[in-house]
Amino acid sequence: MKSSSSTLRIIQFQFQDALSSRWLLVHTLIYLLIAEGLLMSSGFTDKALVSLVNVVLLLVPLVALLFGVIHQYTNRDYTIWMLTQPLKRPNLFSGLYLGLTVPMVLSFSVGITLPFLWHGGLAAGQAVQLITLLGLGAALTFSGVGVAASLAIRFADRVRGIGLALVIWLVYALLFDGLILMGISVFGNWPIEKALIGAMLLNPIDLSRLILLQTFDAAAMLGYTGAVFSRFFGSGMGMIIASVTLLLWVAFPVWLASRLFRKQDF
Amino acid sequence: MHLMQPIQITDLHKSFGPVDVLNGVDLTFHPAETTAIVGPNGAGKTTLIKCILGLTHPDRGDIDVLGQSIDQGVTYRDQIGYMPQHAHFPENLSGRQMMSMIRALRAASDDGDTDIDHSLIRTLQLEADLDKPFRVLSGGTRQKISALLAFMVRPAILILDEPTAGLDPVSSAALKDHIMERRDEGASVVLTSHVLADLEELADRVVFLLDGRIRFDGALDDLRSMTGEHRLERAIATLLEGEAA
Repeated sequence: MKSSSSTLRIIQFQFQDALSSRWLLVHTLIYLLIAEGLLMSSGFTDKALVSLVNVVLLLVPLVALLFGVIHQYTNRDYTIWMLTQPLKRPNLFSGLYLGLTVPMVLSFSVGITLPFLWHGGLAAGQAVQLITLLGLGAALTFSGVGVAASLAIRFADRVRGIGLALVIWLVYALLFDGLILMGISVFGNWPIEKALIGAMLLNPIDLSRLILLQTFDAAAMLGYTGAVFSRFFGSGMGMIIASVTLLLWVAFPVWLASRLFRKQDF
Repeated sequence: MHLMQPIQITDLHKSFGPVDVLNGVDLTFHPAETTAIVGPNGAGKTTLIKCILGLTHPDRGDIDVLGQSIDQGVTYRDQIGYMPQHAHFPENLSGRQMMSMIRALRAASDDGDTDIDHSLIRTLQLEADLDKPFRVLSGGTRQKISALLAFMVRPAILILDEPTAGLDPVSSAALKDHIMERRDEGASVVLTSHVLADLEELADRVVFLLDGRIRFDGALDDLRSMTGEHRLERAIATLLEGEAA
């Protein structure tokens, strides 16, 4: 049997499992409620959309990391059983990885898009924002599940794996910004703009937020740093650098997880 | 014909950190023979099986399955049916969907159940449960479906890790009958079990592992006469005491 077709067969069975599972429905409903709540109360104002972006960009990586790692520990025995079938490890990895991430991305997209459509988002000219948000949500999911997979393969102890997933999320979602702010307040009188931009590239969540905010005219709301980033990310070159860096944030964890999976003694 | 043995293991070594789990194992499994691998916890039984299945990469040594080195690709696993100790399948899939997956992965035609599948399903009394999702099935039923999945492709090699654990006496007896049937048809069966009564019933040959080495390899009767003990449990205990002395 050809390699690519065995990957597709695994994805097919993973989809069948995901589509009749409760977690996927709950996942869709959570995003539906968040989007509906924000749009219902404020409509398509910049304020409501920026709130939506902020919530989504914190929640998506959390779900990808935490659910990703728990899902893999839960299915460890099944993964081992699959490994005893006549399957190459890279094909099995692709099948299991895509079989988890693609339903997550689709369910997230449905949850966000439905309220967007029935509140007339297309008429309000917000299609670019929606597509950017969905694309970034997908990138953060692919990246987060890649990190989660690396953790679950590397650490047989699930408490340690889940703990580390949470720590990674805390660092990127909360601590990182705190450190940046501290840096600004300490070195505020120095020319640190380039260093700040460099630091932002190290954090996929901040990176996504900055890319997204360029599609709103909301960068001004971000104050001093916002202006710095707006100048950088608003330029063509800045956008290219930001997008390529984000792609690296997807490629590296997935590559690492795939490599660990290939070499692991189960 | 020497090279075409179902499984031939030469000088197998594997260590995890400072612990030598397998320390130079030479072992051949023959057709139409059931071999029980016994030994205390940590003796290397599981690691040995995992090496054969390709789950664990040995540090040194060779494993040939039906004359082909297992390093040369994954197709050798077409010939192996494996029943793990803990069977876990996707919660929302059914046994029948897993059967369909097995056929897909082994490039077998998926035209519904064959006669062999039907007889297995009947023997294991799985008719009523095969279309239900795994999440509603009991541990014993999952174990029976795991057996069905291992046996359905009629592999030349069966690797069974605690196959009767968690089964009721009726299912356990049916499974053991089926294992013996397969053995008589020429399959090479590798078995681990803590249920010594099962081993006495099924095993033609006993391989005793201790600290990653083979300490005894021979027919069950030889083990009995060597140790002067009739019961397998006593015989193994005598072997262990001999090692300690």
